Amino acid sequence: MATVGRAALLIALLICAYGVVAAIYGALTGRREWVESARRSVYALAVALTVAFGVLELAFLRSDFSFAVVAGHSSTTTPTFYKASAMWSSQEGSLLLWVWLLSLWASLVVFLTRRRMREVVPWATAVLLGYGAFFTALLVFAVSPFETLAQPPADGSGLNPLLRHPAMMIHPPMLYSGYTLFAIPFAFAVGALVARRVDAEWIRSTRRFALAAWLVLGVGIVLGARWSYNELGWGGYWAWDAVENASLMPWLTGTAFIHSVMIQEKRGMLKIWNVSLVLATGILCVLGTFLVRSGILDSIHAFGASTLGVPFVGLIAGMSLGSIALVVWRRDLLRSEHRLDSLLSREAMFLLNNLVLVALCFVVFWGTFFPLISEAVTGEETSVGPPWFARYTVPLALVLVALSGIGPLIAWRRATAVNLRRTFAFPLACGVVALVALLFVPGVPQKPLALSMFALGAFVAGTVGQELWRGARARRTTTGEPLPVALTSLVRRNRRRYGGYLVHLGIVVMFVGVAASSAFQTAQDRRLSPGDTARVDGYEVRYVRATAEVGNDPSGTGAMLSLGAVLDVSKDGRHVATLRPARSFYPSNRTASGSVEWLIAGEPTSEVAVRSTLLSDFWTAVNPDMRELQEVIDQADEAVAADIPAEQQPMVAFRLLRDVIAPNYVEDPPPAMFRMIASPLVAWIWIGSLIAIGGGLIALWPAPDAARRRATATLRARVAQDLGRA
Amino acid sequence: MDPARKRRFRLVAALTAALVLAGGLVYTSFSAGSPAKTPSELLATAQPGESYKLTGKVVEGSIRHEGDTLLFSVRDRDGTTSVPVTYTGSVPDPFREGREIIVTVSRGAGDTFVAEKDSLVTKCPSKFEAEDDAASDMS
Repeated sequence: MATVGRAALLIALLICAYGVVAAIYGALTGRREWVESARRSVYALAVALTVAFGVLELAFLRSDFSFAVVAGHSSTTTPTFYKASAMWSSQEGSLLLWVWLLSLWASLVVFLTRRRMREVVPWATAVLLGYGAFFTALLVFAVSPFETLAQPPADGSGLNPLLRHPAMMIHPPMLYSGYTLFAIPFAFAVGALVARRVDAEWIRSTRRFALAAWLVLGVGIVLGARWSYNELGWGGYWAWDAVENASLMPWLTGTAFIHSVMIQEKRGMLKIWNVSLVLATGILCVLGTFLVRSGILDSIHAFGASTLGVPFVGLIAGMSLGSIALVVWRRDLLRSEHRLDSLLSREAMFLLNNLVLVALCFVVFWGTFFPLISEAVTGEETSVGPPWFARYTVPLALVLVALSGIGPLIAWRRATAVNLRRTFAFPLACGVVALVALLFVPGVPQKPLALSMFALGAFVAGTVGQELWRGARARRTTTGEPLPVALTSLVRRNRRRYGGYLVHLGIVVMFVGVAASSAFQTAQDRRLSPGDTARVDGYEVRYVRATAEVGNDPSGTGAMLSLGAVLDVSKDGRHVATLRPARSFYPSNRTASGSVEWLIAGEPTSEVAVRSTLLSDFWTAVNPDMRELQEVIDQADEAVAADIPAEQQPMVAFRLLRDVIAPNYVEDPPPAMFRMIASPLVAWIWIGSLIAIGGGLIALWPAPDAARRRATATLRARVAQDLGRA
Repeated sequence: MDPARKRRFRLVAALTAALVLAGGLVYTSFSAGSPAKTPSELLATAQPGESYKLTGKVVEGSIRHEGDTLLFSVRDRDGTTSVPVTYTGSVPDPFREGREIIVTVSRGAGDTFVAEKDSLVTKCPSKFEAEDDAASDMS
């Protein structure tokens, strides 16, 4: 099977090499048959990579340990559900996933543009196949996923228990879909620049891809945050970690791009800006992949040794220099068709929104790369922490939220006083009412930044509400539909616009959740014995008893031992919840041995317990004291090694753990460390992101164009019929 | 003002604002960041009252609990020089012996170091490789 996979990759590489040449030759000579051939090689690439992907995925599902990658990242004890996703926990598997997804999106876009944009498509095809060539070459020459082991081990090392979470099944494919989808507008921008076709056509042809990229990248980021909140045992959802920042940067420039292209489509302005944004986004996507896979920011010293460092730096440098050269070369074509008339106009607001997003991206970029920058400047590796990021991102986020209310409503070209009053009186009133009301909530006035976010949130919600209401009312008047029907058909007929409003609403709701939960959070770490009580922000938490489960884990992650606690949470003397946080221990990933120690020596993970309501989350995690347990286990292992024949040791060890050691822990547990966090409005972060995703899907849904075309076709037919009759 | 001058004025204003912002960014990042040190560098150069980001690996068998306090030693990534650290606050899941960590510390009495509360981060296990593999990947 491995041979099939290797052959598929080699064929894929040859297809890419041929396709790049065919596309460029076809573009230069204008010979359509070569362009056609290049397009077909994109399809062939997708087929070859699907075969390679399928072979590897099958090997994971079958636990075929003759594949080195499978032996290194999966095991027979890894639950089936997670065997499938173990593939992208490996370097090789994730690169294969990347290029496979790219080949799928590339096939889709060359299919959709097969009869359009004759000058641009060949160049775009060459760029996409160039990406394909780079990644398949890495997979063929540097990090082959199809290395085989001469002597396959009886069992593999297993998937890292931290990754055994449903969000991790889809988080990497989502991020990579986002990265690879952004490659499409990137490739078309390059094509448009080379072919001198810099009108809005390339934007229209790839708009859906940009939007889809933005959406799935956003979903990926939110899933990562959710995983962090539920799995990492520290209770946060965002830490400004290099890997998180890597995915945020292209999302920020991508957000700027999907806004600023509207200005080019409507007014023919900002052309240089748009191509620069999309080129930057494409580069940041590759940079993001590189940061996560190379470990360069974990440790500069590991960088030289990484097999991927040099090729990736070469690719990023090539893309950056090429992009700059292209924009400079074509600067005459990129002149604006109009000038900015007034600062009080939609164009100006969009431009400002873009500047803020790019500034945010720059802050994140600077903070992420600061260890490298400072080492280069001062010779000392220094890093900046979350407070530094917050100092810049919070004010910028506030401006951004304000703009997300103003931008979509203000008039094009030049807003008049009458126009402003008509549009913004109600939303402003919403903001002011919220501000005044919140001033009387104890504790809130002390947090001016959070307070401003809430007031601005009310303002934006006001704009969205007003727009929906006015639109639906107007439609009811003209069509006589009842209000709910009018509202639905209004949204259905202007998906892009109202989808956009919903996205704004969702993002604002999310920011309100973030502001509330970070400004008004109470966290405590307490060591408690059964019977002890702790007070956290008005909650009274009693440690009722310890629990220990062996070989029985309800969340299906394959845990061997779960040491937990039953917590009774009450507020004002009333019981509100019983929480059962636990810490799970997994078998070691080293060669099996018949000891109790082996059964629990893997990476332990926290199974947090959260009571979540719309108003607040109460989050708990437990970290049991393992010292006494460790002594008992050591004694047990000595006894097992001395008295039990080797072949019975695994079973005896398991029984000791289940029947003696675990019950002992429950009977007389040592004090355990608890982390307890009360934070308000966390649920709204997830609700807000669902609203935003819904809005994104509405904006993305392809119905309107097709429907309109069908409608005009019917109309034409009817007119023709009528004419025939006349 | 005629339109051309107005535009130039706006451009200059915008560029100035951007430069001031960027300057602030650069300045604060250099002043706010605490330098990253390995245990041996820390022993050689640490001044009392200054805070440092200590990076290294948790020494095997050095983790102890005393009440709410966590005690452990951190050694050089490729060496044996180590420093003892007293820590309170949240402990990330991946924290364990042999794991690479970063913790913000300042010099306590003698050669012991006191960590800032909640400052312990395990190096992001972004590669999520099994440990044995990760070691061979690095080499």
